[in-house]
Amino acid sequence: MLSLVTFLPLFGALVIAVGVHNRPALARWAALVVSGVTFLLSLLLLEGFDPGSHAFQFLEESPWLPGYGLYYRMGVDGISLPFVLLTTFLTPVCILSSWESVQKYVKEYMVAFLALETFVVGVFCALDFILFYILWEAMLIPMFLIIGVWGGPNRIYAALKFFLYTLVGSVLMLVAVLAMGIKAGTFSIPALMDHPFSLVFQIWVFLGLFASFSVKVPMWPVHTWLPDAHVEAPTAGSVILAGILLKMGAYGFLRFSIPMLPDATRVFVPLIFGLSLVAIVYTALVALMQKDLKKLIAYSSVSHMGFVTIGLFTLNEQGVEGGILQMINHGIVAGALFLLVGVVYDRLHTREIARFGGLVHRMPVYALIFMVFTMASVGLPGTNGFVGEFLILLGAYLASKGAAVVATTGVVLGAAYMLWMYKRVVFGEIHDGVSALLDVSKRELILFVPLLILVFWIGFYPKPFLEMFHVSVQHLLHQASVVKVGAMVVK
Amino acid sequence: MSVEMQDIHLIFMMPEILVAVMAMALLLLSAWTHKGGSGVVHWMTAMTIIAVILVIRVGEGSGSTFGGQFVTDAVSRYMKVLICLGMVLPIIMSRDYIRTHDMDGGEYHVVAMFAMLGGMIMASSGGFVILYLGLELMSLSFYVLAAWRRDSGFSGEAGLKYFVLGSVASGLLLYGISMIYGAVGATGFKEVAAFLGTPDGHGSQLAALGVVLVLVGMGFKVAAAPFHMWAPDVYQGAPTPVTAFMSVMPKIAAFAALFRILFDVFAPVHAQWGPMVQLLAILSMGVGAFAGLVQTNLKRLLAYSSIGHVGYILIGLVANTPEGMQGVMVYLTIYLFMTVGVFGIMVAFDRQGLGEEISDYQGAAHKQPLMAFVMAMFMFSMAGIPPLAGFVGKLSIFMAAVKAGMVPLAVAGVLFSAVSAFYYLKVVKVMYFDPPVAESKMFFSGGGLLVVTLSFILICVWGVLPGDLMAWTESSVKAWH
Repeated sequence: MLSLVTFLPLFGALVIAVGVHNRPALARWAALVVSGVTFLLSLLLLEGFDPGSHAFQFLEESPWLPGYGLYYRMGVDGISLPFVLLTTFLTPVCILSSWESVQKYVKEYMVAFLALETFVVGVFCALDFILFYILWEAMLIPMFLIIGVWGGPNRIYAALKFFLYTLVGSVLMLVAVLAMGIKAGTFSIPALMDHPFSLVFQIWVFLGLFASFSVKVPMWPVHTWLPDAHVEAPTAGSVILAGILLKMGAYGFLRFSIPMLPDATRVFVPLIFGLSLVAIVYTALVALMQKDLKKLIAYSSVSHMGFVTIGLFTLNEQGVEGGILQMINHGIVAGALFLLVGVVYDRLHTREIARFGGLVHRMPVYALIFMVFTMASVGLPGTNGFVGEFLILLGAYLASKGAAVVATTGVVLGAAYMLWMYKRVVFGEIHDGVSALLDVSKRELILFVPLLILVFWIGFYPKPFLEMFHVSVQHLLHQASVVKVGAMVVK
Repeated sequence: MSVEMQDIHLIFMMPEILVAVMAMALLLLSAWTHKGGSGVVHWMTAMTIIAVILVIRVGEGSGSTFGGQFVTDAVSRYMKVLICLGMVLPIIMSRDYIRTHDMDGGEYHVVAMFAMLGGMIMASSGGFVILYLGLELMSLSFYVLAAWRRDSGFSGEAGLKYFVLGSVASGLLLYGISMIYGAVGATGFKEVAAFLGTPDGHGSQLAALGVVLVLVGMGFKVAAAPFHMWAPDVYQGAPTPVTAFMSVMPKIAAFAALFRILFDVFAPVHAQWGPMVQLLAILSMGVGAFAGLVQTNLKRLLAYSSIGHVGYILIGLVANTPEGMQGVMVYLTIYLFMTVGVFGIMVAFDRQGLGEEISDYQGAAHKQPLMAFVMAMFMFSMAGIPPLAGFVGKLSIFMAAVKAGMVPLAVAGVLFSAVSAFYYLKVVKVMYFDPPVAESKMFFSGGGLLVVTLSFILICVWGVLPGDLMAWTESSVKAWH
């Protein structure tokens, strides 16, 4: 079942690659159908999932390279399932959003997107560390092509930078993974969670993993690939990037660093808090000064992901749950904001904030949608952003009062740059060129409706979402509190 | 060391005898037929090598003959199959190239077969003298092959350069062998190993110097930095199909010989050669990664890429474990198909005199999407990006390294692999992101298409399901000793 959800998009991609020639419309519809069916199947996963258990569910296992101790292992728990759903949900949205804006090499574009979906879903489902690594790295190929082929004017630079940054981090992770797997004699993720490691070993492995995950999140100061990649990527590429790929890094922390290396985690908490706080404040200030819409949202992503990493490393229930929820929120809100930028970019072919102004007069519906997502990004009560940020700040306050105070300034700054941006784009005098704009089309409206529903649903009634991962988070916190070094001594 | 008549078991050398006889028969055949008949020679060569592969596959167990000078076992058989594949695949794909560049005399195939014979003898050598014989037979044939393109001055230059530098390397190797002989009084691997195992041999400075010189000589042959200087020029100048087998076959043969030399003969002095090989590995990976960045010629780029690959493979030797050995074999197998595949595409491009500069591939994705995709996958595979086979090769090598406790070496390896990823990406970038140039089109001959398709399929399949490859190499390694 899990494999079906994972590999259906890849299968669809192969069919489209082989079967569709010179018929872009068919390629679009086929990709939409495949990703839609995948989403529906993933909802069946949700239906069959038991949130009352922290164990991995829908387990699958078959030998892959038994000689090397490698198995094909898949399974989800409460922490990975939300990300699987987020991925399967955002992919059809992305495909729909590229309906008109992508006109060249439509077939190849769709194939790349579906392949990407397979790899990302696989990353969240993999229960073998090497399998995880393979999918994690494989994802680079389609993303590299998406940015490089369908991106903006400076796309080549951005694509290469994205690829190489991620690769350098990833290969260090590979060594850490190998070291850990060989020491424990297995690459099974559940088994590694229970295996005791010495503190020194944990610290080295943590650094290896950190190299990879921190680039992906991205944490300050290795975030510089993100603004470039976001600005140059096509709209749907940005959505996937912000919505899902960034979450992979944070997911890595949750799945590997914290439960497998709890002692090293506690050692590194101050470092991660420090880097996250710098990210929150510094990139918020940088975002304030951006002239390019997409760049502004990209920097705001770094800032928001700073909140997420703080939340995860508070190592208390409120913080971690807030972190996970905030990741989902950010996936929805940042994704929506990039889509909104895409809407005006398709019409005006510019993303410069100064070129807009007075959009509200010509595109009232657009202005309304934009406002909702801006508020969600700021964290206005009633929207999903509030719930996530509130939980994180609560957790941070319990963990370290100073960090909570600094992080709160990030909320203020976030409100500043988002509202100022909104004011300049939507209000004010009608700018040249804006006067002839049409409001959002039906297709675009369809894109935003489910996102809007989610914003308010999580905002007013986050319980079903929190319940999905509540038990798993408790188990994670239990794992994080274990002193593995002590277990070594007992052994 | 006396050779008794009873100790001659020709059955162990069946493949080599077959190659030698057929090579001479084909020489006669090509002398008697006119140019038009060279197609016969071509396909007969291919058929012969395939037959030889089958003969090798039939062989079982291990044994030695000629007083232990000639050894055959599962590992050498595996390596010989690779050697044969490294020769036959380029031959199959290069029919057109040979014709258009007037290399069609028939002797070309014969010399190639002699090179292969030399490589096979190296893989089976049980003593330094026979090793040297095999190596020289292979090298001399390659000097000639590199200079074969009479319509290109570069080709002659390549041949001469290869010859001069290769001779120096052979000289060093021979010098080392003579020192070992001076210390031991014998050249057979068994005798040398036995001597080095004694306290006397352990402390022998003469033997130690011999070990160093032998390693230097072999380092030249596999183009490991800092003995790699010849590689880029020779790769660039030699005819493309020759470059294809030159970048694969001698390396396989040399590593087959190194297995025996390092793991058997020099095993007692591991403390001496271990750091040396480690240094060779790090330098090779470094040179391969950084010097490759600035290349604009695809053949030169592949030369540096091969230097880098040799660095990774050497890590497997440093590990000095069965896993390391298996890693070397896996990596070489995958490297063989990646390289042959890329050269197959280059050969197909050659009909227009294109394909050697990276800029020739500009916008290839727009004109020949399928070919560009295949080429891109080869590049990603060389960079070691999963789910392609190149990653499996790197995984098995690095796993062996980490298992052997050489984490710093593994870290250096992965970082260099990230650097080298840049130039592989550059090729992909040129094909996919740059606008297409005027008329450029590939012409695949049937053979070329076959080779490229086969390589591509294997690279994809082994990337996801490397089980059978691992099983073959593992069973060979288990039968070692």
